[in-house]
Amino acid sequence: MPRTFAVPALVLLAIAAAAFAVSLSTGTVAIDPASVLRALVAPGDETQRTIVRELRLPRAIAAFATGGCLALAGALLQVLLRNALADPYVLGVSGGAAAGALTMMLLGAFGWLVSAGAFGGAFASTVLVFGLARGSGPWSPMRLLLTGVVIAAGWGAVVALILSLAPEAQLRGMLFWLIGDLSAPPVAWSTLAVLGLALLAALPFARDLNALARGEAIAAALGVDVARLPWLLFALSALLTAVAVTTAGAIGFVGLIVPHAVRLAIGNDQRVLLPAATLAGGALLLIADTIARQIAAPAQLPAGVVTALVGVPVFIYLLRRTAAP
Amino acid sequence: MSAPVLAARGLGVAIAGHRVCDRLDFTVQPGERWAILGRNGAGKTTLLHTVAGLRRPSAGAIELFGRPLDSLPRRDVARMRGILPQDNTDVFPATVLETVLVGRHPHLSRWQWEAARDIRIARDALAAADMAGTESRAIGTLSGGERRRVALAALLAQQPDLFLLDEPASHLDLAHQLALLDRLVSLVRSEGKGLVMVVHDVNLALRYCDHALLLAAGEALAGSADELLTPERLSELYGVPLRAVATDGARFLVPE
Repeated sequence: MPRTFAVPALVLLAIAAAAFAVSLSTGTVAIDPASVLRALVAPGDETQRTIVRELRLPRAIAAFATGGCLALAGALLQVLLRNALADPYVLGVSGGAAAGALTMMLLGAFGWLVSAGAFGGAFASTVLVFGLARGSGPWSPMRLLLTGVVIAAGWGAVVALILSLAPEAQLRGMLFWLIGDLSAPPVAWSTLAVLGLALLAALPFARDLNALARGEAIAAALGVDVARLPWLLFALSALLTAVAVTTAGAIGFVGLIVPHAVRLAIGNDQRVLLPAATLAGGALLLIADTIARQIAAPAQLPAGVVTALVGVPVFIYLLRRTAAP
Repeated sequence: MSAPVLAARGLGVAIAGHRVCDRLDFTVQPGERWAILGRNGAGKTTLLHTVAGLRRPSAGAIELFGRPLDSLPRRDVARMRGILPQDNTDVFPATVLETVLVGRHPHLSRWQWEAARDIRIARDALAAADMAGTESRAIGTLSGGERRRVALAALLAQQPDLFLLDEPASHLDLAHQLALLDRLVSLVRSEGKGLVMVVHDVNLALRYCDHALLLAAGEALAGSADELLTPERLSELYGVPLRAVATDGARFLVPE
């Protein structure tokens, strides 16, 4: 790897590590970073061990992994659709997850049943979009995009219907789910595992993606398998989105903006962009969730609100810095 | 005698039920330059993409250096032939050098990064396209003609043996049309490569090509320039009366 990329890689790793340190040490009980480290690796104060290992670490892992999943899915979809405005939700995956999760809530289910509903809805939506977009004709990004947008609109109507039918007492929980909330992540380590595996599956094709980003004809002329690569991208981004939405609800902004911000900072070489966006997305959501836990404590804000509040100024700064002559 | 760069045997090409050509035979020998001429919608680009292996022929076979195109691995094909597409839109920001380096893709193994040698090749290609010194400029800040030259540099960096060009002169000013085609044609002749280009300017075809493919109403004619690039044939092809004008030993076709 060229040395020019070592600096941004180290900066991102440092930011992610700092975000973990801050997230694990702040809360109702403040624990200094040294004690956090001790609690993680060595036996010691039993209370601190419980707080760090059983309360804060799963939540921090879930936040980081969800942010990473969304950013990676967004980066892959932007190349797949060759559309800079594509985000993980454009293909209807989150709409399906929302309809599934809210249906379960409406039926009175909670906990892992809601998550199962979300994942089932995301999976059903993926299969539906895949089947309809594939059709009998040749592959086309526009066809996939249009199918996804239409299916997403359909799910939007289902979600609105459920919200209008739901009793008052359930509305708040439903809205929190829709905004994106990490207060009760059902899974953490498995989300991180999916993120790691998806990144490992995408990286061997990163230079193919550089060619595909230039256009399908150019990629085909350079020997890229433009018949199969799009389906790998679609499958990976759908899986990542489904897992992210199941873990934390429909957190917006990360999947659209983080790949762009990273692109503005270090360029569009996918070999660097994919891991960098993954790290940056994870760090952003982790920071946002830490702020969401703290800012109105003991009340907790949904992390999805904070990602946008933190992310918008950062993005505008990057955009202005690059646009200046 | 070395194998022909490109050979089409009994080639049939159709798009959306429309026949472009049927039982077409032609052979591009090392050093030869072929022009594809025809009216709008005749299927020139479709034919070019078919011989590039980007789409399947409806009948017949295509060979690169005597080997069937559809039996060759993608990466090997990408090192043999390169294509300059008609048009390209850049969705994502990139520098000029990054854009040209994409042309090195088929020469690198999966985990290999572009090395000093690839960067040197890309810089030489930029210089050959008269874009030296623009390496770090953003592609979005270039004019249409400059982007065209960057696309040509990316094709040169690919170092193919067969150049397939779709309207190479489009967006280029007169000086660059001549300079770049001069350079490309002399490369093709001196290194025994092949060139096939879709072109609308019959005088560019006369100047640079020694063979031609005329596409008209589903019938394709292949042959030498002397035989096909005549006022009679081209007047019939375009439905516009043309006549030949000779000055200083060069021949031009002008509308009457």
